Amino acid sequence: MMATEAARMRAQRGDRRGVLLRRAAGRVVLYLIVFVLGLIFLLPFLWMLSTSLKNDAQTYVVPPIWIPNPMRFSNYLEALTTYPFGLYATNTLKIAIPSVVGTVISCAVVAYGFSRFRWRLRDPLFYICLATMMIPYQVVMIPLFIIFRNLNWINKFWPLIVPAFFGSPYFIFLLRQFFMTIPQDLSDAAKIDGCNELRTMWSVILPLAKPALAVVALFTVMGAWNDFMGPLIYINDPKMFPIALGLQNMRQTFTSVKRTLVWPYLMAASSATIAPILVLFFFTQRTFIEGIAITGIKG
Amino acid sequence: MATAVARRSAARKELSADLKGMLFVSPWILGFVGFTVYPIAASLYYSFMRYDVIRKPAYIGLENYITLFTRDERFRVVMGNTLYIVIFGVPLGLVTAFLLAELLNQNMRFRPLFRTIFFIPSIVPVVASAMVWLWVYNTQHGVINSILIGMGMRAIPFLSSPVLAKPSLILIRCWAQGGAMVIFLAALQDVPRSLYDAALVDGAGALARFRHITIPMTTPAILFVLITDLIDAFQQFTFPYLLTGGGPVDSTEFYGIYLYHNAFQFFKMGYASAMAWILFIVIVVFTVLVFRTSARWVYYGGATE
Repeated sequence: MMATEAARMRAQRGDRRGVLLRRAAGRVVLYLIVFVLGLIFLLPFLWMLSTSLKNDAQTYVVPPIWIPNPMRFSNYLEALTTYPFGLYATNTLKIAIPSVVGTVISCAVVAYGFSRFRWRLRDPLFYICLATMMIPYQVVMIPLFIIFRNLNWINKFWPLIVPAFFGSPYFIFLLRQFFMTIPQDLSDAAKIDGCNELRTMWSVILPLAKPALAVVALFTVMGAWNDFMGPLIYINDPKMFPIALGLQNMRQTFTSVKRTLVWPYLMAASSATIAPILVLFFFTQRTFIEGIAITGIKG
Repeated sequence: MATAVARRSAARKELSADLKGMLFVSPWILGFVGFTVYPIAASLYYSFMRYDVIRKPAYIGLENYITLFTRDERFRVVMGNTLYIVIFGVPLGLVTAFLLAELLNQNMRFRPLFRTIFFIPSIVPVVASAMVWLWVYNTQHGVINSILIGMGMRAIPFLSSPVLAKPSLILIRCWAQGGAMVIFLAALQDVPRSLYDAALVDGAGALARFRHITIPMTTPAILFVLITDLIDAFQQFTFPYLLTGGGPVDSTEFYGIYLYHNAFQFFKMGYASAMAWILFIVIVVFTVLVFRTSARWVYYGGATE
């Protein structure tokens, strides 16, 4: 009796040790996988940074070197002045800033109308608004190009700015979802204090919705910085190029002419294009990721 | 008498609410009419025209559509290329995003760091990441190939082989899945712990829990990502335009690229409009089909949605 009891306890202890061991092994495997995957995902960027500091000999050596010695930091200065990247960045901001203002204002007002009070066509119109997200850009691209061309807006920033003032379905949806979570009591209280809808929106709802408005502003800035197709269609004067077209232009003229430091310069310019977005992202990471999650879950 | 007055004043109140509502959403309504309804109608109109922007559009009936479906060999290739991405690229991207999210959902240290690392590729300007991939994939001096050559092996022609170009683009697609990953991660974190505990008591293994709890509970998010990815894949433009420009031998000439070439390189605006309308219909059909099947596989946590 005693012996079997002792044996059982021994077996149990062994079991527990086995479980712990297996769990520890599981942790090691997990960390290994995550670490290796992380490295793979970062690899293109590490390769970019590495190349951006190389000279030609270091660039073309086989097998590749990761940490060049000496490092050629001057690639950055040279790359960004060979082509007028300051001008490209300014052009981008000239598109981005008005777009942010337009998008935030128009989407906030429209989302308010779609969420904070009842009226008869509200829901059908909202569903139409959602459905328009499905429409491929290509279907509207050609007529819009023809309209803007007739307005003499080719090589002007207007085609990239003006539509922002008429709301974008994705952001309207995002803000509406957020506005819906604000208790109706707050609006009722404001009404009793004699506020009309516009005033209620301005002094009650919008202050509470700052995080969501920040998401919209953030996405719009990044969208303008990253946009390639819009400028490609409407802008062909190099003096008007935003950063995306500037970088592409640099590559086209670079790789077609035989010259030195092609890839180091291109990688330096690419790093410089990525840097502002990364800085912006690191400062706003939480807002950013929550913003994406809102649309996915509640959609 | 009194009720009639009350009714009239109620009707007036309702009308004023309607007016107020329309006023608030009027920016969108104007945009909807000007930047959506009119252009869609106009592109249908242009699709029956021969139009090179300079001369006036000339009516040619169904000519554009007939040419596309019967005479344009290239169009068939383009359709095939696009379907390749839709059939292989979309599911692979989705699975990658889901597995990354599941990995990040494990209890571990440095989770925010790894989440950031997996997310970054999706926010980097496409032109910049295209440039970087062009260099990574470079046949002679790219990082992968110079390692291979260094080891005495043959280089892989990632973007210069008609067979490999599409898979190489799909690889980039899987790399830039940050948005979908974040959506899945949020969905995974919403799965009640109690379900897993109950399954554990019942002796369900890790695989069974994944199959019978994780997947069903995240199907709404999967549906959302699937639909947005599908719509996106049919239109994809920027990456292939920058990396391969449609080549080699048209192997990456996707729908969006061919349409762009027709419109802005060959100035066949009518022809491109017909293509746009076909794309529109294909996307609507695919979306409706996915929604139709969704009743069978999407689980809304018992809510009657």
